[in-house]
Amino acid sequence: MTLKGWREIPIGGLIIDAGNSKEYETGSWRIKRPVVDMDRCSHCLICWVYCPDSAILVEDTRFAGIDLVYCKGCGICASECPRKAITMVDEAQARKGDHDDHQD
Amino acid sequence: MTTRTEYVKGTPVALDGDRAVAEAMRQVNPDVVAAYPITPQTEIVQRFSEFVANGEVDTEFIAVESEHAAMSACIGASAAGGRAQTATAGAGLALMWEVTWVAAGTRLPIVMHVVNRSLSAPLNILCDHSDSMGVRDAGWIQLYAETIQEAYDDAIQAVRIAEHPDVMLPTMHTLDGFVLGHSLERIEVLPDEVVRGFIGTYNPRYSLLDVDHPVTFGPNDYHDYFFEHRRQQIEGMERALDVIPQIGEEFGALTGRRYGLVEGYQLDDADFAIVALGSINGTVKVVVDELRRQDRKVGLLKVRSFRPFPADKVAQALGGKRAIAVLDRSFSFGAQAHPLFLEVLTALYTHGFTPGMANYVFGLGGRDTLPWQIRQVYDDLAELEGVVSAPVRYLTVRE
Ligand code: SF4
Ligand code: SF4
Repeated sequence: MTLKGWREIPIGGLIIDAGNSKEYETGSWRIKRPVVDMDRCSHCLICWVYCPDSAILVEDTRFAGIDLVYCKGCGICASECPRKAITMVDEAQARKGDHDDHQD
Repeated sequence: MTTRTEYVKGTPVALDGDRAVAEAMRQVNPDVVAAYPITPQTEIVQRFSEFVANGEVDTEFIAVESEHAAMSACIGASAAGGRAQTATAGAGLALMWEVTWVAAGTRLPIVMHVVNRSLSAPLNILCDHSDSMGVRDAGWIQLYAETIQEAYDDAIQAVRIAEHPDVMLPTMHTLDGFVLGHSLERIEVLPDEVVRGFIGTYNPRYSLLDVDHPVTFGPNDYHDYFFEHRRQQIEGMERALDVIPQIGEEFGALTGRRYGLVEGYQLDDADFAIVALGSINGTVKVVVDELRRQDRKVGLLKVRSFRPFPADKVAQALGGKRAIAVLDRSFSFGAQAHPLFLEVLTALYTHGFTPGMANYVFGLGGRDTLPWQIRQVYDDLAELEGVVSAPVRYLTVRE
């Protein structure tokens, strides 16, 4: 996201475009990443209810993954999951994994 | 050419400062007034609530539980798109401190009437400028009045200054507690319709109540944008340097009473000058007149706008003087000198002037400052050429 200069933004910190929090990629804050063991997941969607960043993806009422653009790594989903299906792993390690996957 | 007779005729009345301000508030007829009484501002709130009770204004009056709540209610009302005002003094302004920053940072054109009072302890209800100086960095425009007429006129102009699209900053105007707040003066009160015509209607660009254009006020703002928003506030302050005299001229064209950022008195050919804020300027003028009759080249620079501080105007007015005394009616403990002095010194130095200078603290906690003491200051100045005197001098403190 390109940052704007002081002449280009509304005064007073006002947000004048409703819904523009989508532009704010909170995924960049993440130091722990939730990883889901699909063998344990029962698709109860409790994680979807609790996630403060609407980062739990759902398709046809079933858990369908995590949106890493917005997941800030808070770990609430891991804490609330009744099936203990979510593990928080080190983000740097996980990224290394992403990178290795790419090279494969 | 404009002649005296073309000015709007006011009604001459004897009013004390608090009542004069309440009268201006009645004429402005704000949408919301949220205030808590505190000496020496109490009479403003008392008088204004009578106007509310008598149906003389349409204002929603909120009798809040504290000054922190008063300013918070004004912030809500202003964000909702209304004209919001409050009045306070001393400890009340100190209790508001946190939220004064919120009002300025959110760019809400709230108007606040401040009747200057010292800060405790020891407990003191009388005048000095510690209260308004305590919020001098909060992002509010600050105008200081010499007379009750000026306080009344400032209360009206403050609305226009705050709401000017180039400015959009909350504005406080001050009058010295008791000295102006509780003293009677003959002033001219403008006709109601003239005041209403002058202030016009406020059309806020954004409003919380405009449900078709939803806006978020007061969101989180971190390292990535906070600094840019501060930069915008600085811009608003700098533009106020043009807007304040522009509105002061417009007011003058209407009433014959013109206002700028500063006012020079017998200054052009003066060798020695005093600089001051507030009602002490009246005393200094008396002394200047007296010394001028003895052919002494003395003058006065009254600073009306302390925030924004008009450095160019001050340097223009004082550049070339042989020695200057700056009178501060407040104190910054541990500082090298006090708020007004430091501003004047910086303005002169950055404009290449290095006159003799001295900082006098006076009038703390309501201490009277009399003409002979001001005469003493002018006598001292004659010996001060070319040096910046340290330490600070304390007028009237007993050893
Ligand atoms: S809370 Fe756990 S079990 Fe339920 S949907 Fe989310 S990951 Fe699956
Ligand atoms: S870690 Fe937090 S932000 Fe990420 S998916 Fe879980 S609850 Fe949502």
